[in-house]
Amino acid sequence: MADITTTAPRAVTNPRATLQDLLPKLVLAPSFAVILIFVYGFIIFTAFLSFSGSKLLPDFSTWVGFGNYVRLFNHPNWITALKNLAIFSVLYIVVCSFIGLALAIFLDQKIRGEGFLRPIYLYPMALSFIVTGVAWKWFLDPGIGLEHVMQSWGWESFSFRWIKEGQMAIYTIVIAAVWQSSGFVMAMFLAGLRGVDNEIIKAAQIDGASTLTIYRRIIIPLMRPVFLSAFVVLAHLAIKSYDLVVAMTDGGPGTATWTPALFMQKFTFGRNEMGMGAASAIIMMMMIFTIIVPYLYSELGGKKK
Amino acid sequence: MRKFLMSTAAVAALFAAPMPMAHAEDSVEVLHWWTSGGEAAALDVLKKNLESQGVTWKDMPVAGGGGEAAMTALRARVTAGDPPTAVQALGFDITDWANQGVVGDLGEVADKEGWDKVVPAALQNFAKHDGKWIAAPVNVHSTNWVWISKKALDAAGGKAPETWDELVAVLDKMQANGITPLGHGGQAWQDATIFDAVVLSLGTDFYKSSMIDLDPAALGGDKMVEAFDRMAKLKSYVDKDFSGRDWNLASAMVIEGKAGMQMMGDWAKGEFLKAGQKPGTDFVCIRFPGTQGAVTFNSDMFMMFKVGDDKKKAQMQMAADIEDPAFQSSFNVVKGSVPARTDVPDTAFDDCGKKGIKDLAEASTGGKLFGSMAHGYAAPAAVKNALYDVVTRHFNGEIDSKAAAKALVEAVAAAKG
Repeated sequence: MADITTTAPRAVTNPRATLQDLLPKLVLAPSFAVILIFVYGFIIFTAFLSFSGSKLLPDFSTWVGFGNYVRLFNHPNWITALKNLAIFSVLYIVVCSFIGLALAIFLDQKIRGEGFLRPIYLYPMALSFIVTGVAWKWFLDPGIGLEHVMQSWGWESFSFRWIKEGQMAIYTIVIAAVWQSSGFVMAMFLAGLRGVDNEIIKAAQIDGASTLTIYRRIIIPLMRPVFLSAFVVLAHLAIKSYDLVVAMTDGGPGTATWTPALFMQKFTFGRNEMGMGAASAIIMMMMIFTIIVPYLYSELGGKKK
Repeated sequence: MRKFLMSTAAVAALFAAPMPMAHAEDSVEVLHWWTSGGEAAALDVLKKNLESQGVTWKDMPVAGGGGEAAMTALRARVTAGDPPTAVQALGFDITDWANQGVVGDLGEVADKEGWDKVVPAALQNFAKHDGKWIAAPVNVHSTNWVWISKKALDAAGGKAPETWDELVAVLDKMQANGITPLGHGGQAWQDATIFDAVVLSLGTDFYKSSMIDLDPAALGGDKMVEAFDRMAKLKSYVDKDFSGRDWNLASAMVIEGKAGMQMMGDWAKGEFLKAGQKPGTDFVCIRFPGTQGAVTFNSDMFMMFKVGDDKKKAQMQMAADIEDPAFQSSFNVVKGSVPARTDVPDTAFDDCGKKGIKDLAEASTGGKLFGSMAHGYAAPAAVKNALYDVVTRHFNGEIDSKAAAKALVEAVAAAKG
């Protein structure tokens, strides 16, 4: 092969050019086909399902139009799931960004032991949400966890039983999720902070700006792309939140902590309502698209300019 | 396009389930979720019987979720056009699969062995579809049991309650004695198991019209409000950490004497026996007060799928072995349930088992044997879970009894639609 390419006369370079042209396409073709079928193909399949009257198995003989969507938005559990998603995603994104930024700024003060502290904050991210969920479920359980320990240490009136209260249980899931993801957001901000041009800061210092002002007026505004990336990563994690909820409360007490992903799984596989499950999956996909598409547009569009 | 979609689904299904190897002569492939110690031991009896008759047993255990995971695996296998020989299944799941036209016909064994005469009619409603036998029932669990700690009962007067008022009196005394009166786990199906018994205690006709016929008048009527009031009363006797607890941990509370009683199906007996307790001396088993004579059941069955002629002989052999009285006795002694046929001698069973067999026969002949709502024998999965939602929301104090009865009607109507 090498012989041919090195000694080939000029007239034969044409097929060689064609090969060079084709090779990347050939290499990419299998993965492209796989993605086409298993991602986009199944999205279309799910969309079809959501308009069908499928119950136990996919069934394309009965069409119900938007019937599944109407039933979905009339179902109290779906409304609960949407409310929980709103509470969870807002708190999760805001608190994670705030704690992540604060930790990153503190770590960026050229303190001793940074190399030791940084992984400590980052390690929770290495756990799966199932592990996080089980650990926090035990930790927050009043019978064996925090409340029990505090009371056995003599603080008899201590009470922290949110995980057992329908109104408050969703906030315990926020706590666990924030614990898990804050370190990751911190790492993103830390990378951003390290990328800030020192010249700008020095210029500000010469102009007599206080440290607080430098952070407030210069550095944090410079973090805008990091905020955007963190938002997109956290928002899609929030919409997909399933494993953490299953491990911590499995939707309970009652139906208090249902989320859209939990709804989708329970209706499709537990309740033999495949049509409604598919409808909820399509709604979730649309929610994710409304976040991801503008982001991709601004990212890719920005590079072309 | 449709064909393409179906074939992609089939491809996905192949990835989801292990590909079966080429089948040997006379083998059965069995999908089930009996993987815990006692259950696996009970199933082993059947496996040994079949192997002694030259039928190889291909085990396909899918644990978890009370069979939900197994049903998901089954979906993949059926979509791929390669169902297992036999599948452990419950209640309306069997009917749902039968409606898909994928189940087999056990007629020749059933006729030869006279299943029609010995299997209770209420079970036949599920094991037969369009007059054909499609499933072989293994056992009958009844769900309207109360398991009481003998020590706690003695301290509370010693007499097992027979009416609702007596039950409340005993629970009050247990509370005064400083224990948790009712050991319970706050999971939707456990709440619903108690709800079954409470509705049944308000009359067998009421149970039938509300839970089985799903009559809106019964679901939203005054009696249903009373049923929810009773649920609220029972809620007042659980400990504050009940939410999310597994049923066997609630049994453990009764075994350890921390709780007075548990309202649970007869699988709970296994926990007491495993802890070395004896019926009558350490714990007492009674029917939920006001339901003596009636039984709400759930029955494990092996649903038989349509298979090729080469596998049919082994399938029939397996069905015959399941209904063998000797197997029914030995299996159910281990499992804690009672035989699915009423002509099996009760000599090998303990006192609670004997009572279970007697109650079942009595309820069956008296027309008071009903499918349990909580365990998928009264209504299909969609309706069952809609009922769960309301019962568990009420039990957790999200809605009051009047609102719950109203929500019950709406939920059932929505789930049926």
